[in-house]
Amino acid sequence: MSKARTSLPRSAAAHGVLLLYTAIALFPVIVIIINAFKSRQAIFRSPLSLPDAESFTLIGFETVLKQGDFLLYFQNSFIVTVASLACVLLFGAMAAFALAEYRFRGNPLMGLYLALGIMIPIRLGTVAILQLMVAGGLVNTLTALVLVYSAQGLPLAIFILSEFMKQVSDDLKNAGRIDGLSEYTIFFRLVLPLVRPAMATVAVFTMIPIWNDLWFPLILAPSEETKTITLGAQVFIGQFVTNWNAVLAALSLAILPVLVLYLIFSRQLIRGITAGAVK
Amino acid sequence: MAAAKKPVRWHIAVFLAPAVLIYTSVMILPLFGTLQLSLFGRGESGLIFVGFDNFRTLLFDPRWSASFWNALWNNTWFFIIHMAVQNPIGILLAALLSNPRLRLRGFYRTAIFVPTILSFVIVGFAWKLILSPLWGVAPSLLDMVGLRSLFEPWLGKEEYALTTLGLISVWQFIGIPMMLIYAALLSIPEELLEAAECDGITGMSQFWKIKLPLILPSIGIISVLTFVGNFNAFDLIYATQGAMAGPNFSTDILGTFLYRTFFGFQLQIGDPNMGAAIASMMFLIILVGVCIYLFMIQTRLRRYQF
Repeated sequence: MSKARTSLPRSAAAHGVLLLYTAIALFPVIVIIINAFKSRQAIFRSPLSLPDAESFTLIGFETVLKQGDFLLYFQNSFIVTVASLACVLLFGAMAAFALAEYRFRGNPLMGLYLALGIMIPIRLGTVAILQLMVAGGLVNTLTALVLVYSAQGLPLAIFILSEFMKQVSDDLKNAGRIDGLSEYTIFFRLVLPLVRPAMATVAVFTMIPIWNDLWFPLILAPSEETKTITLGAQVFIGQFVTNWNAVLAALSLAILPVLVLYLIFSRQLIRGITAGAVK
Repeated sequence: MAAAKKPVRWHIAVFLAPAVLIYTSVMILPLFGTLQLSLFGRGESGLIFVGFDNFRTLLFDPRWSASFWNALWNNTWFFIIHMAVQNPIGILLAALLSNPRLRLRGFYRTAIFVPTILSFVIVGFAWKLILSPLWGVAPSLLDMVGLRSLFEPWLGKEEYALTTLGLISVWQFIGIPMMLIYAALLSIPEELLEAAECDGITGMSQFWKIKLPLILPSIGIISVLTFVGNFNAFDLIYATQGAMAGPNFSTDILGTFLYRTFFGFQLQIGDPNMGAAIASMMFLIILVGVCIYLFMIQTRLRRYQF
């Protein structure tokens, strides 16, 4: 490494640009969260100041918890996300293993068929999906959402996981075969534990769009009992649009869990993106 | 391999079956079902086959075509904003971050990616509040730099609303191009850069002459991802401006147009067949975009193997 690439003014300029952009990225989130804890007058009088002893209030959060059924929405989102994630990871890994491990007629074609869904968004089939769910009596059920999100997540999961499964050593698998392990045991006991880091990456990638989706909950499951948190927040904010305390509190409640999860998993996510893109 | 004598390997089918079944029945068949539905119309006794009538109505009947072309143009503008703003800023941030001597890299990366993980609903409403003339955040910020006179209710004015939404969307998704380009920059081998330095190519000219050509494939991938994402967008507009994509449809894009047509709004009843026709047009547009990328751009970009 030479010294030519770093100099003091240049690195100061780099920090300046990055700090400026970090401020742009975080500013709206911070403004929303600090104002959620302030009284109505303080929100309007000094929107950029932190809440102090005089202006601190939790009235917005009280309204949200009293009026909206956020616990139920949260539970719905949780069930949908976890169930879809389980389907995507298990079925995706199984299919990826079949594609990566065995040579059979139609293997490349099957790979291509399953990869189609990476580029073509599932939303374009909405009209027929709704008809399918109506015919199957699944409208306003969480099952409908789980099915759709599983189908949506599978193509990318299969693509990424099969890349990783190709790297698992053949010797290991063949040793297992010589010891008389069945193909299923080889998959579940030998291969799956080895690709666990890749599974974690796929999990994070799959989870974010499912948790944040507005389109399918709006169309397939808009009833009160099946609303997800994203749809619930959208409807709630629409109704309480003039109650600034409540709106800011609802936004903060929607931001915080995602933010906490992100801070826990951010290394995994970033490593996943960087590893995936190098390929 | 002597496959002829082998017994049927059922485990392959078992491994593939669940994924293929769900994927085919919930994604592929409905996609084709939607294409098929677009060829039918509502007759006196149920559905009747109308051929390409729905598309003719959509493209040429003045009641529909005005909305369609408006949505298509808006969507194109939305995409142009992304390409023109998101990619250069993303590349700049990635280039700064990829300097191995830079401190606090992890902090910047994590912070700049935060908006990307938030849902459209949060992002939409947060910006709606911040830009609201009722709440003084945006005007008082402009006041601090002495530009208060520039403030306008951007989301409420026909001429600015779509551009504003485009910039909000860029703000949200900048993390993705930044990360992908960052990864591409990191994968450039050190020897190559050292060789360039020996030849006296450093700093900016090193970026333009050595690094940029090497990350072009990543820029191509980002562009096609952005294209697909933009022509399929809906949530942000719906969350901030509602299904009517106000003011006066100036922020209407294909996704909101599809939603209104399919489900109806105010006095108009929903029409699944016209909805299917719009979805088919979106399918076609995305397919053409992806094909242009795959066959014309990707094949011309040299991939460098290290």
